[in-house]
Order: sequence, then C-alpha cells, then structure tokens
Amino acid sequence: MLPELFFGYFAAVIILLSVIVITRRNPVHSVMWMLLLFFHIAGLYLFLNAEFIAAIQVIVYAGAILVLFLFVLLLLNLREELKVKRFVGAWPAGLFITTAILVIVLGAVKSFVPGPAGKYSIEFIKQETHTKALGKLLYTDYLFPFEIASLVLLVAIIGAIVLAKRKTRSK
Amino acid sequence: MSDILNILITEETLNMLMKIGIIFLKIAVVLGITLLHVAYATYWERKVIGHMQVRLGPIEVGWHGFLQPIADGVKLFFKEDIIPANADKPLFYLAPVIFMVSALTSLSVLPFFDGFVIADINIGLLFLFAMSSLGAYGIILSGWASNSKYSFLGGLRSASQVISYEIAMGLSLVGVMMMAGSLNLSDIVRAQHQYPTGMFAIPQFLGFFVFIVAAFAETNRLPFDLPEAESELVAGYFTEYSGFRFALFFLGEYTAMLIMSSIAALCFLGGWTIPKFITDAMPLLMNVPGIVWFLIKVYAFMFFYYWVRATLPRYRYDQLMAIGWKILIPLALFNIVLTGTLRTMGVL
Repeated sequence: MLPELFFGYFAAVIILLSVIVITRRNPVHSVMWMLLLFFHIAGLYLFLNAEFIAAIQVIVYAGAILVLFLFVLLLLNLREELKVKRFVGAWPAGLFITTAILVIVLGAVKSFVPGPAGKYSIEFIKQETHTKALGKLLYTDYLFPFEIASLVLLVAIIGAIVLAKRKTRSK
Repeated sequence: MSDILNILITEETLNMLMKIGIIFLKIAVVLGITLLHVAYATYWERKVIGHMQVRLGPIEVGWHGFLQPIADGVKLFFKEDIIPANADKPLFYLAPVIFMVSALTSLSVLPFFDGFVIADINIGLLFLFAMSSLGAYGIILSGWASNSKYSFLGGLRSASQVISYEIAMGLSLVGVMMMAGSLNLSDIVRAQHQYPTGMFAIPQFLGFFVFIVAAFAETNRLPFDLPEAESELVAGYFTEYSGFRFALFFLGEYTAMLIMSSIAALCFLGGWTIPKFITDAMPLLMNVPGIVWFLIKVYAFMFFYYWVRATLPRYRYDQLMAIGWKILIPLALFNIVLTGTLRTMGVL
C-alpha cells in the first residue's frame, strides 16, 4: 500500500507541476516550478532505489542546466519578448496529435509484459551500492553506447565553441 | 475505539516512532550546535581579522566582546523589514530561505564522529554537491527578485562563478572517491584511517589544493567574493535585503563555510580519526573522543578562511574565470588520471 501511495503522490505532483511550468506567464517563476519538478523526479528515482541517478538528476539538471536556463532568461529582455505572438495557432491539430498519442500509449499499456528479473535485484544493489553496480555495468557491458553518448556530447561542445568563436572573428 | 488503538499501537509502530524521535532529537542537537557555531564564527572572524590588522575587534559587549554575536542577532531580529516596491515578492521571500535551507540540509549527511550522522546514505558526497548547487538559486533569485542593478549583477556573477567552480570542486573530490572506493562520508573517513598516512591530503595534495580554492569560490569568500564586492556592487545580491532576511543570508554563508570546512576535514584530513603513526607513538591520545579531532580540523580550516580574507586582495572577474577554467579544472583532471594510474600500478 505504501509504495503505491508514494508512486501516486510523485506521479500526480509531477504532472501537476509540468502543467504549472508551461502555464506560467513569468518565465523565471516557470523555472522555479521546474526546479521543484526536478526534485520530484529525483524522488521518483530514489523510490526506485536508484540513488546515484537521483543525485545526478539534482546535480546536473537542477544544479547546472536549470541555472543556465535562468542565466539565459535573465539576459533576455523579457518585456519585449513577451510581445511576440503565439508560435503555433492551430490548437485543434495539436489536440488531435496528443489524443492520438494518448490512444496509442493506452493501447500499448495493455500488451506490456515486465521483463525477466536479472541478477540486479534490490538486495544485490543494496549490498553492492547503486553507484558501484551502475559504474561496473557502464564500463563493461555498455561501454560502447556509453562512449557513443560521450562522443555526441563532445561534438555538441565543439559545435558551441565554433559558433561562439565565429562571432568574435566577424567583429 | 480501543480495538483500533490496539491495532495501531503495535510493537513495530512504537519502534518506528522511537526511531523518528531519535532522528528529530539528533536534528535538533545538530542544528542548535551549528547555529551557535555560526554565531560565534562571526565573532571569531572579527577578532582574528582585527588582531591581524593590529586592531582589537569587538570589545564592548560582555567580556572581550563575547556577547557581540547575540547583540547582533537581537538587533537584526528587530530591524525593519524593507521590501523594494517593484520586487518580485514571492521570489524575494523565497530566496534567503532557499539559501539557508540548502546550507542546513547539507548538515544531515556529515558524520561528526564515529556513528553520529543523521542520515548515513551511500551517496553522501553527491548529496553535498546537490545541496551546494541548490544554494546558488538563493543567490541568483535574490539578485533578480530585488529589481536592483547591483543585486542583479551580483546574482549573475554568482551564477557563473558557482557553476564554474562546482565542476572543479566535484573533480577534485573524485580522487578521494577513487582512493576510498565509496561515496559514503563515514566510509571515506574509515578508509583514510586504514591508509598509511592517515589522511588523504598527502597523497591527494593536488586534489586538496583544487578543493581549497574551489571551496573559497563556492562560498563567495575573499579573494573570490565578487558577487558581493562592496567597492563595486554595494553588497551584491543581498543589497536590498534588511532585517532578518539579511541575517538569513549571513547565517547561510557562515553555515556554508562550516560545511566546506567539514568536507575538507572529512575527505582530506581524516575526519574524527588521527593518523595511526601518531597514536602508535602516543597511545594516550587514543582516549580523546573523535569529535575533538574533528572540531580541531574544522576550526583550523575556518581559521584559514579568515587568514586568507585578512591577507589577499580580491581578484578581477576575468581572472577568477581564468583560474577556474584554465588552471583548476585541468589540474583536477590531471589529478584523476594520475590517481587512477598510480592506483592500477599499486603505488597508492
């Protein structure tokens, strides 16, 4: 009963907070609600015994990326930005697409089969600690996808530097 | 009625309530002692800097000014609370609370002596990083919500400073994590006690250096206190705050300093233990309780904070960024590679 209660709380609050985030007029307030949302997502990870992911969620998303969001928002001239018209006017099309996705998801839930339980049971992770278990897997079985992900990030970093450099050269 | 009570009050629930009660007691003790420490850290700082500059420091209130922090606290509590007319009120109220709460929450994972820690979690060190990055919101929001250019500049400076130095600080502690093989602070201290030198500050001297510099920048202390540089920004991000809201920022800064000192003591200086070769030479020292060693290390680091403040001038902002990105981060990365290589070779 208690696990369902916890999950219900997190799921309901996450949905509620997401709605609040996209309906705020003031983008800075929006970012603050998003901060609360990220903490709830971290709570959901903790609830799943993924303590390392929970900590990284707070450090990377709440601590670094959201601060960068805030930084960009503070540098924008909000009073002028707010005068821009809505980007998309055709809400019936949006409603149609989202309902279609909802129907597909609901249809897919029916045929959901939980995967076979591997050796990474809760007891195993508790004994091994989550950080260690995750690190071992990432650097042995899943080394290739891990390296590809880091290469993609490296490309993004180099791209950002190239873009920034070009601007100073044109002066 | 009594049936329901009997079902509710079983052995299990009583045990659980007992545990919760003990945790609350621990929280109360830790908070009380920390806030007292914070109050007297301000007094101590004024005394130390005063004597370093050939002044006396606070001397009027009580014996050698010993009651000065209490007088200051009472004064701040009764001061008028001024809110700028165009401030964003909810965020203006929220900012000092976020700043203070994130600092106080970090206390929950610090082991003060063997076995005394409120939450003995496996990711203690990561939890500390998470909370210190949350504290940055308090600073940025206070800068933005005050609707004042000085506050805003202070907030922006702090945002980029904290992000830059958080990377260096995280990387500097990776060496410690590799040496101890754990993120649990109690385990890190125990691993140091097993290690021949008794402290990770000796094999991890590069990491320790990067950590010290990053800790000064993270807590916005001199020589990196650009977010509140009084000669250019009045008081930086908390210019518009007064009364008890100002006091919350003040308390939060000193709590953050205490926490940084505690992390240094736990991760690099051996926490509540002293090196084995010292206890072997002087077995009498075994009887000294661990909290004494821990507090000595924390106080020494706090003293270092004051010493640097009284000695060094403030850096320029571009110098600060250059130190962070061009010196500290490469140095910390080099330390990780070096530690990893030496660990696999079996030297460390």
